[in-house]
Amino acid sequence: MSISLLLEMASSGDPDRKCVVSNGTRLTVGELSTLVDGGAGVITAAGAGSVAYVGPGGVMLPLLIFSSARAARPFTPLNYRLSAEGLHELTARLPEPLVVFDDDYRDMVEGIGVKSVSAADFVAAARSGEPAAEFADPDDVAIVLFTSGTTSRPKAVELSHNNLTSYVMGTVEFASAEPSDAVLICVPPYHIAGVSAALSNLYAGRKMVYLTQFDAEEWIRLVRDEGVTAATVVPTMLDRIVSELQKHPTALPTLRTLAYGGSKVALPLVRKALELMPDVGFVNAYGLTETSSTIAVLTPEDHRIAHGATDEALSRRLGSVGRPVPGIEVQIRGDDGTVLGPDQPGELYVRGDQVSGKYAEIGSVLDADGWFPTKDVAALDSAGYLFIVGRSDDTIIRGGENIAPAEVEDVLVEHPSVRDVAVVGVEDAEWGQIIVAVVVPADDAEPDPEELRAHVRRSLRGSRTPDRVVFRDVLPTTPTGKVLRRDLVDELLEKKGQS
Amino acid sequence: MIKTGTRLKSQVCDTEVIVIKTGDGLDDLRAGGVVMREIGADTASDAALDANFSDGNVMGKRYVDETGAEVLVTKAGAGTLSIGDTPLSVKEAKPLPASD
Repeated sequence: MSISLLLEMASSGDPDRKCVVSNGTRLTVGELSTLVDGGAGVITAAGAGSVAYVGPGGVMLPLLIFSSARAARPFTPLNYRLSAEGLHELTARLPEPLVVFDDDYRDMVEGIGVKSVSAADFVAAARSGEPAAEFADPDDVAIVLFTSGTTSRPKAVELSHNNLTSYVMGTVEFASAEPSDAVLICVPPYHIAGVSAALSNLYAGRKMVYLTQFDAEEWIRLVRDEGVTAATVVPTMLDRIVSELQKHPTALPTLRTLAYGGSKVALPLVRKALELMPDVGFVNAYGLTETSSTIAVLTPEDHRIAHGATDEALSRRLGSVGRPVPGIEVQIRGDDGTVLGPDQPGELYVRGDQVSGKYAEIGSVLDADGWFPTKDVAALDSAGYLFIVGRSDDTIIRGGENIAPAEVEDVLVEHPSVRDVAVVGVEDAEWGQIIVAVVVPADDAEPDPEELRAHVRRSLRGSRTPDRVVFRDVLPTTPTGKVLRRDLVDELLEKKGQS
Repeated sequence: MIKTGTRLKSQVCDTEVIVIKTGDGLDDLRAGGVVMREIGADTASDAALDANFSDGNVMGKRYVDETGAEVLVTKAGAGTLSIGDTPLSVKEAKPLPASD
């Protein structure tokens, strides 16, 4: 089915329900739906083959997602932090795009010579123009998202209407939210979580409050002023919220669930957050762009049990991403393709209607039985809890031994002098690769490299001890918190070349 | 067999559904005791709601038969959803915490 139907159902169910709050704009479901009809008319009249958006999101995101769907055109939210050149490269890969931009990006977008319209003009035209409604085939592409391309050229992931509606219907009950429920959305619009938030919260009947430029103080203010009951953050945001709450303890009485995901969250931060917000239910959501968002969830109950447990098998689940959502099957496979049993790490494969595994210019990478290789190294425990070890590309091979960076990072981050850490492999004539730990010290700490190496050696085999420990004020990350390991390696190699 | 994604409407009440997962039985999908038609197709003007199939259905709920065929109610109505004379059952979903 088409994602348009999600809006159609929401608006026929309760058109007067408050739907979007974003920088002073407030829309009901009915108002959004009317604007979407007009927006589809603007897109159709422009003769565009696809729609793209450059800006920080807010109301423009649901508006353009559904306007594009109703015009039966694929929609691509683009990273608004890209350079003009980067933006040009990506828009050149979209079919006859109409690029909608927020005013701050006018010069950049107009400079690349594509068909474009400002967000304000788009909305004005949508209010006054002829509405349109076309019906997309359920297998048509609804959303195209570019991967962050931390290691290679960004790939254009194609999500069909069926992929997205399967996700929404598999994980959300229609109109299941309470009338007073509100979600605070601060994930970037060009990330799959931004897209899925607009779809699933609309379907659940939860008011969507947008915070387009994340700031911890503003996030806390909005939770209180808008009576926010649910929110999703990436790890760096969680870290800032926790720091702010430590500095200025503030009650968040309405907040019932706080989901985190996008990249790995260090366990000390999860524990700190649990202790600081004892009445909030924490949710760890794991998913990929190619899987239309979340495929596994560690629930609030899972968090509570793991946090209070003394049994190691239970307590370690605080570091798991939980169990697969309905409609998703998972397999862990070894290098030779055999399916592995519990507690054996291998590559994670997933299957289900929400899984696309399809890229523009490349095609589908699903195997003959519909399984998608995630390129994530993972393991399942005996109860089916999924543990993500890391990207297979990040595996360090030192003297013929495979080492997952996460294994060493998980130990180092528990050291009181360590705030954050990334462990990378750097080319070495003797070992092939050596292990380098890039450490961000905790506030006011001046950790001794030898002490940190000894700390690792106490928990892990000697071959896992970092050969070198270097310090840095902050780790380079994508906006969703994925560490740019390649940048760290390049930096280390450059320094090596100089010395 | 009816195609997944097909939208059907009742001839005797307001009910509309979309086929989520097709199955042989859906060719005889009924609402209010009368077979449902594709949206846009002609409907019989003399058909009436069968009182034995008037328990209604719920907006946004998924209904399934024993073979796994599944439809989603996109507009609720007064008729009971059935395949032949056998009512469909509501697919009960385990609630997940909000994660988006």
